[in-house]
Amino acid sequence: MEAPAPILRMSGIGKQFPGVRALDGVDLRLLPGEVHAVMGENGAGKSTLIKVLTGVHPADAGDIELAGRSVAFGSPLEARQAGISTVYQEVNLCVNLSVAENILIGREPRRLGRIDWKRMRARARELLARLELDLDVSAPLSSYSLAIQQMVAIARALDVDAQVLILDEPTSSLDADEVDRLFGVMKRLKDEGIAILFVTHFLDQVYEISDRMTILRNGRLVGEFLTSELSQVELVAKMIGQELEVLDKLHGEAKVFDRPLVEARELGRAGAIEPFTLTIHEGEVVGLAGLLGSGRTEVARLLFGADHAGTGQVAIGGEPTPLRTPRAAMSHKIAFCSENRKTDGLVPDLTVRENIVLALQATRGWTRPVPREQQDELVGRYVKALRISPADPERLVRDLSGGNQQKVLLARWLILEPRLLILDEPTRGIDVGAKAEIQRLVAELSSGGVAVLFISAELEEVLRLSHKVAVLRDRKLVAELPNDDALSTEVLMETIASGGRDR
Amino acid sequence: MTTLTLGGGRTIPARYVPVLVTACLFVAMFVVGGIRYDGFATGQVVLNVFVDNAFLLVVAVGMTFVILTGGIDLSVGSVVALSTMISAGLMAGPGWPPYVVIPLVLLVGSTLGLIMGYLIHAFEIQPFIATLAGMFLARGLCYTIGTESIPIDDPTFTAFAQTRIDLFADLWISPSVLVALVVVLVGAYVLHYTRLGRAVYATGGSEQSAVLMGLPVGRTKITVYTISGFCSALGGVLLSFYTLSGYGLHASGMELDAIAAVVIGGTLLTGGTGFLFGTVLGVLVLGLIQTILSFQGTLSSWWTKIFIGLLLFVFILLQRLFSTRTRR
Amino acid sequence: MRRLLWPVLILALLLLVNVLFTPGFLSVQVRDGHLYGSLIDILRFGAPLILVSLGMTLVIATGGIDLSVGSVVAISGALACLQISQDAGVFTAVVLALGLSVLLGAWNGFLVAGVGIQPIIATLILMVAGRGLAQLITDGQIITVNDPAYKLIGGGYWLTVPFGILIVLVVLAVTAFLTRRLALGLLIEAVGGNAEASRLAGIRARGIIVMVYAFAALCAGVAGLMISSNISSADGNNAGLWIELDAILAVVIGGTSLAGGRFSLGGTVLGALIIQTLTTTIYSIGVPPETTLLFKALVVTVVCLIQSTAFRDKVFHRRRPVALAGPATEEKARVTA
Repeated sequence: MEAPAPILRMSGIGKQFPGVRALDGVDLRLLPGEVHAVMGENGAGKSTLIKVLTGVHPADAGDIELAGRSVAFGSPLEARQAGISTVYQEVNLCVNLSVAENILIGREPRRLGRIDWKRMRARARELLARLELDLDVSAPLSSYSLAIQQMVAIARALDVDAQVLILDEPTSSLDADEVDRLFGVMKRLKDEGIAILFVTHFLDQVYEISDRMTILRNGRLVGEFLTSELSQVELVAKMIGQELEVLDKLHGEAKVFDRPLVEARELGRAGAIEPFTLTIHEGEVVGLAGLLGSGRTEVARLLFGADHAGTGQVAIGGEPTPLRTPRAAMSHKIAFCSENRKTDGLVPDLTVRENIVLALQATRGWTRPVPREQQDELVGRYVKALRISPADPERLVRDLSGGNQQKVLLARWLILEPRLLILDEPTRGIDVGAKAEIQRLVAELSSGGVAVLFISAELEEVLRLSHKVAVLRDRKLVAELPNDDALSTEVLMETIASGGRDR
Repeated sequence: MTTLTLGGGRTIPARYVPVLVTACLFVAMFVVGGIRYDGFATGQVVLNVFVDNAFLLVVAVGMTFVILTGGIDLSVGSVVALSTMISAGLMAGPGWPPYVVIPLVLLVGSTLGLIMGYLIHAFEIQPFIATLAGMFLARGLCYTIGTESIPIDDPTFTAFAQTRIDLFADLWISPSVLVALVVVLVGAYVLHYTRLGRAVYATGGSEQSAVLMGLPVGRTKITVYTISGFCSALGGVLLSFYTLSGYGLHASGMELDAIAAVVIGGTLLTGGTGFLFGTVLGVLVLGLIQTILSFQGTLSSWWTKIFIGLLLFVFILLQRLFSTRTRR
Repeated sequence: MRRLLWPVLILALLLLVNVLFTPGFLSVQVRDGHLYGSLIDILRFGAPLILVSLGMTLVIATGGIDLSVGSVVAISGALACLQISQDAGVFTAVVLALGLSVLLGAWNGFLVAGVGIQPIIATLILMVAGRGLAQLITDGQIITVNDPAYKLIGGGYWLTVPFGILIVLVVLAVTAFLTRRLALGLLIEAVGGNAEASRLAGIRARGIIVMVYAFAALCAGVAGLMISSNISSADGNNAGLWIELDAILAVVIGGTSLAGGRFSLGGTVLGALIIQTLTTTIYSIGVPPETTLLFKALVVTVVCLIQSTAFRDKVFHRRRPVALAGPATEEKARVTA
């Protein structure tokens, strides 16, 4: 089959943010009537690429051609008028307005300046019919499920003559039936000749719907592939990449762990993670491997009591213990360094010292302040041990670099002397030196008897540090593998790709 | 109970429930009043609520626009007072005729609203603070014009104040009621049938989404504060018909009454949901509370405030229940 | 302490204007064993506002706001005067009034932290109903009391110093102790600065929020005693009218952001003093006192504009900082800062 001329061609796109090279020479082409997946781990540059395409950010380098003409959009509105419509992960509609309005607001049919509701509803129904949907268009959007809202967003996107439809993680909050429904719509649009750019991190979905894919890693193009010609294992390998140097395992020989610290039995939460069973022993480093969105963070949050578990229970030291709040988890010496240090971790307006002592202070309550000398001593010790720079405890945390912010967060939990430390992507977005320091620290803690639950997208890192690895895929814990000589990144990737089916 | 499902038969849409509750409340109060007090259950009692609260109704219409966008306007009471003051001052002092004074007053009110709206939009100052400054400014201007009450004896004004428009069967209303009803109808038309009105709802529903959908959010915000300023000025003119005086202490605390009327009328203070008809009902409920207390005689006037507070509490709780149910 | 620079400058400017118009403005004398002077008057008349503003500061630092303090001022004064007029002891009266105030504050806190209602709306309820409650207590009358012990609170002197000033000093010291010596301040700033991060750090935000609203109401209650004691009567309708707005203003002038987070007690005291001095200045320079509100409007606008990032960018043509990798969160953090 001869491929038609691409409707959209991006070539040599580069984008620099202060301190980060977000995109470097990335190419992308979209053919009419195809579903094209953009794949990559966190920080690979997927969303930056979309933002450059839709005019949210200007590109620093490269060209964009739409239907053979060179274009550069100044705003999403301009992109839309040119025929590139975007539907975002969070539905950007007004749920208080009716379905019809959400599709047509800003372009309502009018007669003598008066909104013609009748024609508006008819037009909205027409557009929805194109997606094989029959809704009560005068009902408020809030009365429909997220999946339907997603469809309404697509209907809005299609009202202007869209040639390119960008779906940015549209399925992340949908259940299986809803995803099927969305895919039905996508296939229909594809048949109409619309080019669909699809971003997701669910592998099965990519293989179900997409024709081709472009893979990014660390802001660079890995390549463009036909979905039918790339196996899941190859895809995972290409997304995660393999660093050439082979590092020693930091934990030395395999030890025997026989003192269970935290045991999760059939612990689960609807819509977040299916019930899983996992035992973490004293001094053991348990790695969680899986792609973004596979449920890694959700496991961590349940074990810390940050979210309520819907099912199952947790035992600590053999005793069944409900973990309903972070406080409850902390009272059992469980600590949690969130992946999202900006929103879930640090208080940007407070100083380094205040951020470090915050959790300790919280456990003591406000009536028993940590004496200033003790604060200075603790903070000084950890600023030095973790090499936080600048080494000024009175500096506001907002002024620190990402790596140093991460260390501040680590220090907050280390001074609590936890028995289980949950680290969610502690090395993401920080420089190599800081990364090695954090890895060393994990190994030290483990030999001191602290259990660590280590979450990372980098498989080498997980392999290097962990005594055993739990593999997650599509919000399910699919395998638990001892870290013996047989375990390699290849095995892990295969497990992620196959979902542990053939093991 | 009122959540809708795709394709399923539906009950009363959730958005009408608060208005219905208010309507039922009004009817219940009227019935209870009618049973307890002689001469209560007449049409004129309801009409008198309109007559006595026409100015509040006009002000509450403007407030509804502002609250629907998710904002708040604390300046309305002061602008009402300023309007009575300017009207009375200009007619009593230089003896300007009403047909010059009234447009001027309306212009002053709208301009004040426009400035506040601009501060809120352009400099991202919280509506609460910006309109607080407007409140101080307008009240300060009142006192600068004069600290005493200024009587109005302009013949047009007095004629307007004393006119009764007879309806059927001995029922009557004042011209102010007509003005207020026209304002309500125009307001409802704008909210329902114009792009501005729909942009008001969209802005209140989700400002970020409204921007992404390409709506003129900034212009909408400035416009609603201008509308609120205009309505306050018009309310001031109606109040000066009603009291035939201008006074810097007029309409003290009226912003609270207006906000209460809007909330009791079922409009969400967070914006995006509500109807002008609800606001009309809210004003009627507030007015009827006062009527009942005056019929009761033994209950003192401060019970009004306590009742309004209680009603606010109930309605806010109701809204809270709704918002947790509809947001997933 | 760059944050206090503006308030200090404004206060100094106001005082300077006063000195120019009234040469003996800064002099403080001892007359009949009492301190006298314009500065003392500013402190004495400003005492209730300072108290209410201190409570408001902590509420605003948690990201909230309390509109009901004016009503609490009226309720507290009304209850105390009613008790005294019914021959209860001054001590009983004061304890009852303050106890009721704390209860009302806890109610606000419960609505905010327990039910999850927006603070501005939750406290609006008590703002409206509270005036009615105050009049209910006084039965709509203005209760006049004539009790020397009660008079001491708002109008008396102790060791030559007006008693109200001493109360302010004590409350200020207690607040500073609770927040800065003990850890309350840190936890409040954490809750106001990032509520979710605070929860994950194990802070019991609910308790803190309820406590802060109760404290604000307690401060308002003390201010209510002071006001009613000073005029020897309780007026449910007018006592503390609009004091919540002045208090919010004082907090904002003092450099505490309405978005919550960092707070400055010193700044708030300065802010309240600026508002009080403004009133005094208007009297002393011979501008009609009616225009006080005009000046206030001007001050609010100027202070808010100075604090507005958008305004500074527009006026000083500063380029907005280039968005970093996470543009949305970066920008938001900066706006709310």
